Amino acid sequence: MSYVKGLKCRICGTTYPVEPLAICEECFGPLEVDYDYEAIKAKLTRDEIASRSKTLWRYRELLPLDGEPKVGLQTGCTPLVRAERLAEALGVRELYLKNDAVSHPTLSFKDRVVAVALSKAREFEFAAVGCASTGNLANSVAANAAAAGLPAFILIPDNLEKSKVIGTQVFGATVVPVRGNYDDVNRLCSEIAGRHRIAFVNVNLRPFYGEGSKTFGFEIAEQLGWQAPDAVVVPMAGGSLITKIHKAFKEFERLGIIPSAQTRFYGAQATGCNPISAAVKAGTREISPVKPDTIAKSLAIGNPADGYFATGVIAETGGWSEDVSDQEIVESIRLLAETEGIFTETAGGTTLAVTKKLLTQGYLKANDRIVVAITGNGLKTQEALSLTSLESIEAKISEFEKLVSARSALAA
Amino acid sequence: MSQTVIIPTPLRRFTNGAETVEVEAQTIGEIFDQLEAHYPGIRARLCEENGELRRFINVYVDGEDIRFLNKLETSVGEKAEVSIVPAIAGG
Repeated sequence: MSYVKGLKCRICGTTYPVEPLAICEECFGPLEVDYDYEAIKAKLTRDEIASRSKTLWRYRELLPLDGEPKVGLQTGCTPLVRAERLAEALGVRELYLKNDAVSHPTLSFKDRVVAVALSKAREFEFAAVGCASTGNLANSVAANAAAAGLPAFILIPDNLEKSKVIGTQVFGATVVPVRGNYDDVNRLCSEIAGRHRIAFVNVNLRPFYGEGSKTFGFEIAEQLGWQAPDAVVVPMAGGSLITKIHKAFKEFERLGIIPSAQTRFYGAQATGCNPISAAVKAGTREISPVKPDTIAKSLAIGNPADGYFATGVIAETGGWSEDVSDQEIVESIRLLAETEGIFTETAGGTTLAVTKKLLTQGYLKANDRIVVAITGNGLKTQEALSLTSLESIEAKISEFEKLVSARSALAA
Repeated sequence: MSQTVIIPTPLRRFTNGAETVEVEAQTIGEIFDQLEAHYPGIRARLCEENGELRRFINVYVDGEDIRFLNKLETSVGEKAEVSIVPAIAGG
């Protein structure tokens, strides 16, 4: 059964029935799913959740489907890694990585939102799906649409990383590179959705799509032993994920599943595309759009639709936001790889680099229990790294010993 | 000076379902005046009471966001295409 009462405008509160609608007709504010929390409270308990299979559907009462999920049945429940070597490098006591770099099936947190959005698209009986994407969403919509037997129309900026383009095309989707940046792609998708009946997951299905991100937060709280951390550091592109993790903790708190959540929320951006962190640092909730120029292409959204809500969550929880250079991003990708054996994409590098910066600035404390959101996989953004070129040797032990003799590890 | 305005889905009930509207104006502000004259009530959907564009609406002239130009004072040339687009989630 469904626990959804309807859709509700986040700005003016106007209510709507459950339809593929994203925008309030009164004020253009975004619509949000409105749940019957009393009914959910009677059903959803720690024991109930713990008894279910290890996928994101274990929180299904808090996801906006009417019937059984149909797409992305195996998604969710990625590892929460206690990062002891990285914690030592950063000088903090307790550090965790929520590792969606190994998300099923396309190695980013976007699998969560797509599982929900495409299941909803099937309920709405759409015959085709699509998205505007900086890459990760493209991969996930294309893969999940293929598995569901739905044709997919994927619109992307024409400068994306090769791996993200191949990782979309391979699923047989119609991939359309658009000359321009993500904001141009978004505008076009909105105009297409106004004319054709296609379920664009982040346009006309946005209220349902966004709810999938909450499962990232539900899992963190469950994996920490049914409690929220002191601080969470989250990458920000459109600004939605940070608000949905916050919503997840607040919903769990409201349902009595976790004690009062006092988590401080910290947002991470690249300096080459920092409209949200610039607003936070300027002490305002209002976003001034920018023209992106950064290697963190998955975060390159100059006009973030949820920026106003992201700045709200950051201010309300006593958090902060910072941005870092492309060089700092690359250094942090390597730091994470070398300390924890996790290869993240540029967005993860951004988040870790900002974590370091916030520790230096004193916003994050050495004795905080900190969770860093690793939302994507480094194999997709290899262009960002320029590692030392390797020298090959003859297959002779003497050559091997000569090559590594400078390294103390072998001398021992 | 004539321009084409692309009307987003939530506003088409004002334009009797029309997806595009032809106008003749010098600036975005004048376009809004003309839309209001033809479709009373539409301005209140686009702008706050103080006249500023609402937070979750983006207006583009030939693909460029008017917030990078001259906002409501942005001039619009002959045959310009003006898009009114709700803010959309990341991806």
